[in-house]
Amino acid sequence: MSETAIKNTASGPLASETPRDVALFVTCLVDFFRPNVGFAAIKLLERAGCRVSVPAAQTCCGQPGYNSGDAASAAAIARRVIEVFEKYDYVVVPSGSCAGMISHHYPKLLGEDKRYAERARKLAAKTFELTQFLVDICGLTTLDVSLDRKVTFHDSCSSLREMRVKAQPRTLLGQVADLNFRELPDGESCCGFGGTFCVKYPEISDRMVTEKLANIEKSGADLLLAGDLGCLLNMAGKLKREGSKVESRHIAEVLAGLLEEPAIGEAASREER
Amino acid sequence: MESTADRFVDNAHRALADETLQQAMGHVRVNFIEKRRLAVEALPEFEALRQAGRNMRDRVLADLDKHLLAFEAKVLEQGGQVHWCVDAEAARNKILEICREAGARRVTKGKTMIGEEIGINEFLAAHDIEPVETDLGEYIIQLRHEAPSHLVAPAVHVTQKQVEETFRQVHRDLDAKRDLSEPRSLLSEARTKLRQKFVTADVGITGANFLVAETGSSVIVTNEGNGDLTQTLPRVHIALASIDKVVPTLDDLTVLLRLLARSATGQEMSVYTTLSTGPRREEDHDGPGAYHVILLDNGRSKMLGTPKQDLLRCIRCAACLNHCPVYQAVGGHAYGWVYAGPIGAALTPALIGLDHAADLPNASTLCGRCEAVCPMQIPLPDILRYWREEEFKNGAAKPGRASQSIRRGLRLWAFLARHPRLYRFATGIGRRILAGRAGRAGRLDKVPLAEGWTVNRDLPAPSKRGFHALYRKEYRG
Repeated sequence: MSETAIKNTASGPLASETPRDVALFVTCLVDFFRPNVGFAAIKLLERAGCRVSVPAAQTCCGQPGYNSGDAASAAAIARRVIEVFEKYDYVVVPSGSCAGMISHHYPKLLGEDKRYAERARKLAAKTFELTQFLVDICGLTTLDVSLDRKVTFHDSCSSLREMRVKAQPRTLLGQVADLNFRELPDGESCCGFGGTFCVKYPEISDRMVTEKLANIEKSGADLLLAGDLGCLLNMAGKLKREGSKVESRHIAEVLAGLLEEPAIGEAASREER
Repeated sequence: MESTADRFVDNAHRALADETLQQAMGHVRVNFIEKRRLAVEALPEFEALRQAGRNMRDRVLADLDKHLLAFEAKVLEQGGQVHWCVDAEAARNKILEICREAGARRVTKGKTMIGEEIGINEFLAAHDIEPVETDLGEYIIQLRHEAPSHLVAPAVHVTQKQVEETFRQVHRDLDAKRDLSEPRSLLSEARTKLRQKFVTADVGITGANFLVAETGSSVIVTNEGNGDLTQTLPRVHIALASIDKVVPTLDDLTVLLRLLARSATGQEMSVYTTLSTGPRREEDHDGPGAYHVILLDNGRSKMLGTPKQDLLRCIRCAACLNHCPVYQAVGGHAYGWVYAGPIGAALTPALIGLDHAADLPNASTLCGRCEAVCPMQIPLPDILRYWREEEFKNGAAKPGRASQSIRRGLRLWAFLARHPRLYRFATGIGRRILAGRAGRAGRLDKVPLAEGWTVNRDLPAPSKRGFHALYRKEYRG
């Protein structure tokens, strides 16, 4: 790994003398598929001057049940998440959709719950998507990392429309030396993942991800980044099935310079493992 | 209209395999999305207008009875008639009664989704009254015996080549040598045929984009002018409107008109915006001798006071359809009933019952683009989620074969999610099995019980060890 140094260049109201007390919500997909994203997030947060905790009692944010009509189970999970995370100053999530679940949907889900409604609102207000937190709260604008690749970025729907994150990942990627950034045509379209949607309606999902691949191709990029592992598993899985040379990674891996792991869905090289 | 919404998966399958349809649907993205974007960008107050429109619609829905009664009083005052119809059957019968009183044999029609909802064309035809669609798109699909597949562009699923084929088939007197390769020549061919119909029709039936309580007017917006000929030339004009169409004043109307055209087609205004107020007065040069408004409920009043009420703000601009990746992929007919796209997926279960349309709210990634572009800020993803909750509670219909196992799986997942140790143990087993199967390949091309995923894409392999285990090791030694 190349030595990376990330400076906190924040000044004015964003600057903070005492370290921010941040809890990392790892997400189940990062835990299961790609721990490297969690370590990259920790590294970025620490370099941005945060004290990072990873509560051991965390599991899932409750999205699968919530989006499948099982509101009662989702609410039970939400109450657990609140209990585990509410004592921290901030909750940071390397996923727009899990961050959106907590900050956008928990207050609605628990709106009628006398004991939890207010606590849900408070947690919602201090929960951020990773790049959003790094830029908007920590004021992190310079990164001492480099990557000589043609890169495109997929905005996940929840990141874009629930968390209103669009500029932040681009700001940070703009700080990666040698990186050649290409916007994705039709970039506000869904990739077709949609949680259980992609297994319930595989044909429609396939049409959507096929469109996405065509746009990735048009961008001319050889590395696809996103801030949500769900979308990435979908797009990387399709790219590999189609034999594409385009690689896929979570944006945090690039920003933190943690690129030793093979890209998502890529074979391990011979020397390793 | 007969529904095939309960066969959504089959409908979608056919649509995805239909190359002509796919070619036609390509135009939706090109034509509508960019035009809307430019129109919205060009109007700095668009967001403020959107907020004002939404608030006004909410106010109206809170006192809907009052506004409808005010509208009725104004129509009566001007010599028109209002017919309150509780359902499709009541509306059909009333329309037939009016047509028979007028001795009607031919009815021209402007575009009306309510007409589709109550299946008026088939009904009139079955009673020896000839309905003639006069909107070009509606005319085309009437000749093809199809239903509209889009709120604004009913024939968006038809290619230009298909239109030419249909015209050559149906217009028997058409010279085989005549060039119909240009849209303009198709338009002029349709116009020639329709002119004869306009002047010989006994009754004109139009929809109503809005009803204005202050003036007792029905309002239509069109780009072809066919609606004006339909409502002014025949002896009788019948405007079909659902009860949610009423706005209090002309000022309120302008707010919605400014939002509608921009959201629908990217125009600042439609080419024609026409207000019909009562029958012809003595001093009028033209106009119908009788003016009727059909006010259709058909399940809408039951939506008031429920999470579905927000759907009644809809102004039928179709922006949600145009921006929906599922609609773009499968087209409007796959939804199986009158209303397609996100608004259709949310509204259809309310109007025909969730049991008959259970797939519609599920067939969405909840990507939220519909809500983002909706000029009425309708929380469409929330309403789709509401239907999923209803379905889960009722154990109602079965989207996909695996619905029961999905339910059990969700319950198990929710249990594990609240028991972190068990959760790590259980996910650890799954992770190790999959990682073992993947070996060094980094991905799997077949995963038992996850064919829905692997039929079209590989599954990137999970990590051999989970984040939490690695983290404890690294940070706690």
